[in-house]
Amino acid sequence: MYEGAIQDLIDELSRLPGIGPKSAQRLAFHVLAADTTDIKRLSAALTRVKEEVRFCVLCFNVAEEEKCRICRDPRRRDDALCVVEEPKDVVAIERTGEFRGRYHVLGGAINPLEGVGPDQLRIRELMSRLSSGETSELILATDPNTEGEATATYLALMVKPMGITVTRLASGLPVGGDLEYADEITLGRAFEGRRKL
Amino acid sequence: MYVRRLELTDIRSYAGVAVDFEAGPSVLIGHNGVGKTNLVEALGYVATLASHRVSSDAPLVRSGASSGVIRCAIVHDGRELLAELEIVPGKANRARLGRSPLRRSRDVIGALRLVLFAPEDLSLVRGDPEQRRRYLDDLLVARQPRFAGVRADYERVLKQRNALLRSAYLARKVAGRKGDLSTLEVWDQHLAEHGATLLQARLALVDSVAPHLEDAYQKVSAGQGKAVVEYKATAMPENILQALADVRDEEIARGTTLAGPHRDDLVLRLGDLPVKGYASHGESWSFALAMRLASYTLLRSEAIEPVLVLDDVFAELDTGRRERLADLVKDASQVLITCAVEADVPISLRGARYLVSPGEVALVQ
Repeated sequence: MYEGAIQDLIDELSRLPGIGPKSAQRLAFHVLAADTTDIKRLSAALTRVKEEVRFCVLCFNVAEEEKCRICRDPRRRDDALCVVEEPKDVVAIERTGEFRGRYHVLGGAINPLEGVGPDQLRIRELMSRLSSGETSELILATDPNTEGEATATYLALMVKPMGITVTRLASGLPVGGDLEYADEITLGRAFEGRRKL
Repeated sequence: MYVRRLELTDIRSYAGVAVDFEAGPSVLIGHNGVGKTNLVEALGYVATLASHRVSSDAPLVRSGASSGVIRCAIVHDGRELLAELEIVPGKANRARLGRSPLRRSRDVIGALRLVLFAPEDLSLVRGDPEQRRRYLDDLLVARQPRFAGVRADYERVLKQRNALLRSAYLARKVAGRKGDLSTLEVWDQHLAEHGATLLQARLALVDSVAPHLEDAYQKVSAGQGKAVVEYKATAMPENILQALADVRDEEIARGTTLAGPHRDDLVLRLGDLPVKGYASHGESWSFALAMRLASYTLLRSEAIEPVLVLDDVFAELDTGRRERLADLVKDASQVLITCAVEADVPISLRGARYLVSPGEVALVQ
């Protein structure tokens, strides 16, 4: 145990995800040793993120204005909508450069064990976006785990009667890897989802 | 396949011990409570990452030590592979295979194939259906590792579905309002899908294992009664959705999932009579033994011959059954036998002999 401010900082840091007591201690002493201007910048960034970052009124991605950068972009297609769980998933898909449509961020996945149902997610907002009739394809890019799959199935059941094409991201082998290193679940899924050449 | 060497550091009663084995039969002899079973339990842990005696890892580590290490050299097709597991209670295990660390300790499964019969297995016959489902699923995973994933998926979906039913049940009971069951249909679909995959595999497995079981029981008991297994399903693979719909009201009333492979059982019979409640102690014992032997002969007939472990078995059998069991397993690539009284083990199985005393194992020359 340290005294006063340094221990306070260690305690606060160790509440962050992925940071244990040892890492928190290392970070705290790094902060103590670092240049004052650097730390002022860090602390300003921390304050700003809570004060200025908002959620886009359309897609619920993080935004600095009323609408996020992607929703404001007139060059993007309006007929394709990609549903993801979290803002970080938008970033991941954007890195591919493959998708030029719009997004919708649910804010999680259906998870009864944690008390998350459709009402806790941005599903009602998604439905009202879809009812405008502009979307012709809905791409379900929720995580390929039990909760993500259930969310995808739930959305598919609701959206299909609206006459919108619903697609799901494929699951399979990582590109550039060796077959022998794939775990049996991934390899099993890839086998199930094999396609004709 | 056989285990050439087993080294334990801070596991159960052993601070440090190393035992060299050979192919063929080996007998571990020692008084009660000296740690014979600890040795085979450690081998079982390398094979399945679970103990056959306890459900948590903490008891495996020697009391006073913070972690324990199991190291085991396995010979298969003339090649030796070193599997190492570090057990740290409350944390993830660390595993190494052939000196290189594995990303997930789960990947060590398959390096050692092992079929273990222990006194606890009497619960296969006398215990809850869960024991028999576990017997089937463990064997399923040993044959096709992919089913570890199917089983985990099914259990996860089941947990989520139960949580949903439970929260609706509580909303009604406690708050007096109608719970939100709008996603129930989704969980039904996923439960039916994973359930059908699991169930189809179990049904196929029962078909494959049944003749092996009949044969093993026949040989152990010298033809006294015919061992029969039958899978009792709450719903067939294509009917799970319908079965869920049929019990829907009751499920909502009770707040839990009432149909699906997690409610199934394996019915064991001797001739026309169920084993549970009708068979004698000796018959029940022989039946449980035959179930493990059936796993063993099934795996052996299809793929790599597993190592067979018979923990404290012979003391429970009469002389005739002992001799017939010995005949059945004496040509196995490796059989490890534990016993308190050496005379209980038939002559044909007395290969290498090891004397086990507290904290030590010595080869008897």
